[in-house]
Amino acid sequence: MKKILKNKLSQFIINVIILAAIFTIVQYMLNVGILNRFYEITLTSMCINIILAVSLNLINGFTGQLSLGHAGFMAIGAYVSVVITNYFELPLIIGLIGGCLGAAIAGFIIGVPTLRLKGDYLAIATLGFGEIIRVLLQNIDYVGGPAGISGIAKQTNWAWLFGSVILTVIIIQNIINSSYGRAIISVREDEIAAEVMGVNTTNYKVLAFVIGALFAGLAGGLYGHYFYIIKPETFNFLKSFDILVMVVLGGLGSTTGAIIAAIFITVLTAALQAFPAVRMIIYALILILVMIYRPQGLMGNKELTIRSFGKIWGEKR
Amino acid sequence: MLKVNNVDVYYGAIHALKGLSLDVELGNIVTLIGANGAGKTTTLKTISGLLRPKNGNIIFKGKDLVKIPPEKIVGLGISQVPEGRRVFSTMSVLENLEMGAYLRTDKKEKQSDLENIFTRFPRLKERRKQLAGTLSGGEQQMLAIGRALMARPELLLMDEPSMGLAPLLVKEIFAIIKDINEKGTTILLVEQNAHMALSIADKAYVLETGKIVLEGSAQELMHSEAVKKAYLGG
Repeated sequence: MKKILKNKLSQFIINVIILAAIFTIVQYMLNVGILNRFYEITLTSMCINIILAVSLNLINGFTGQLSLGHAGFMAIGAYVSVVITNYFELPLIIGLIGGCLGAAIAGFIIGVPTLRLKGDYLAIATLGFGEIIRVLLQNIDYVGGPAGISGIAKQTNWAWLFGSVILTVIIIQNIINSSYGRAIISVREDEIAAEVMGVNTTNYKVLAFVIGALFAGLAGGLYGHYFYIIKPETFNFLKSFDILVMVVLGGLGSTTGAIIAAIFITVLTAALQAFPAVRMIIYALILILVMIYRPQGLMGNKELTIRSFGKIWGEKR
Repeated sequence: MLKVNNVDVYYGAIHALKGLSLDVELGNIVTLIGANGAGKTTTLKTISGLLRPKNGNIIFKGKDLVKIPPEKIVGLGISQVPEGRRVFSTMSVLENLEMGAYLRTDKKEKQSDLENIFTRFPRLKERRKQLAGTLSGGEQQMLAIGRALMARPELLLMDEPSMGLAPLLVKEIFAIIKDINEKGTTILLVEQNAHMALSIADKAYVLETGKIVLEGSAQELMHSEAVKKAYLGG
């Protein structure tokens, strides 16, 4: 027992040290200008994409509910937070919290009726929801209609991004590893069996949906406060689709998979920015190849941990 | 212990159970036999709350189950071995068993129940870390039974536990069912293998197109001409 505790503690310390190192190194590189504006934008997109992919993975990967409306929740988060900071001139933290709550409430309102649907039907319902949000925003003059809101003060920085990513991953991982997580996974595995075990399947589906939406709202808030402008068109169903691609590529039900895929796709998109014509072709080809040779995604439903590195190391020796 | 009274269940326009009534007495093994599509699984799903009847009631320990959601019914002491086993295939054997005790909070007793299940099914103990999806059909059936027992049920609903198993394994499973019953759990057993089911049951019902057409002690039915002809092959 003592040994396990010691191991866990030492693992925790290693994690903290690694994270602190990443944070400091990147912050330093930003400060001295090794990472220029282009890299900074890529880094920001990367963090936002990680939050989106990890949160969608909770819904699609762990709970097994195919949702295609994630960009809708991101839009709500972005708009609510920008309205709070820009119109009411409150601090960013309040804006972000407001954005999260707004998206979570929307998730609840959408989730309760639609999560009774299964598979394709749920996908279509959530797709419709995403589009409704976009069309609604286009028609509300208070938030600028189709032109959106511009001139948003840039408040999102590396510290906010890094902190948000860590928070998202920690909270979602803790849910997955709790008894709630077991129940959520049982819903994915076999809904009927879960129900006869006494799991209230609808509740858990809604719970996962609301938490997923909440973090999509956080991503939206960070997005709005970095790119100066938000407009409804940014949050169309192609955005939802992009996030879904990351989740599927990384492996449904693997948080580290979602993170790796989000990083990979962001870097790929940035690297191919100069060749817009070939970009979509390469992007599509990679997806096709991954689906042929690794249909379960890069990570399957496994997680990459420090311990798994240790195992590989041990085997090699 | 369990009384099903005049229950009507519909799948859309299809009238699946037509005024079905049955009675399970404490400590018994009651079996429900009948052909494919007679409504056996529908009956179990209705008892466990997965399907809602249009009319009628189901009384268990003085409560009407029709008004109670499925996850609460488990808490009342009814657990189920579902048709086709339905183990959680990407979870380990141990995690599957823990899911069976999902509603229980008594940690110590849960642990001792787990030990009992491992004593009953040593194969599950050997493979407790293995993913349930990689078990053989017979092992999965044992896991499904063990998982249902982890809820510490007073009434165990079993849906076709012999389905798709080799004859020797079928025998083993039925011996286990008998033993579970002797240790104090009441069992409602749905089976197509009428011969095996009747050989361990106390009471039996024959179901045909949503109606009970025959009932009696298992012994009686075993020797009834109608049952012999229709289900036991002459």
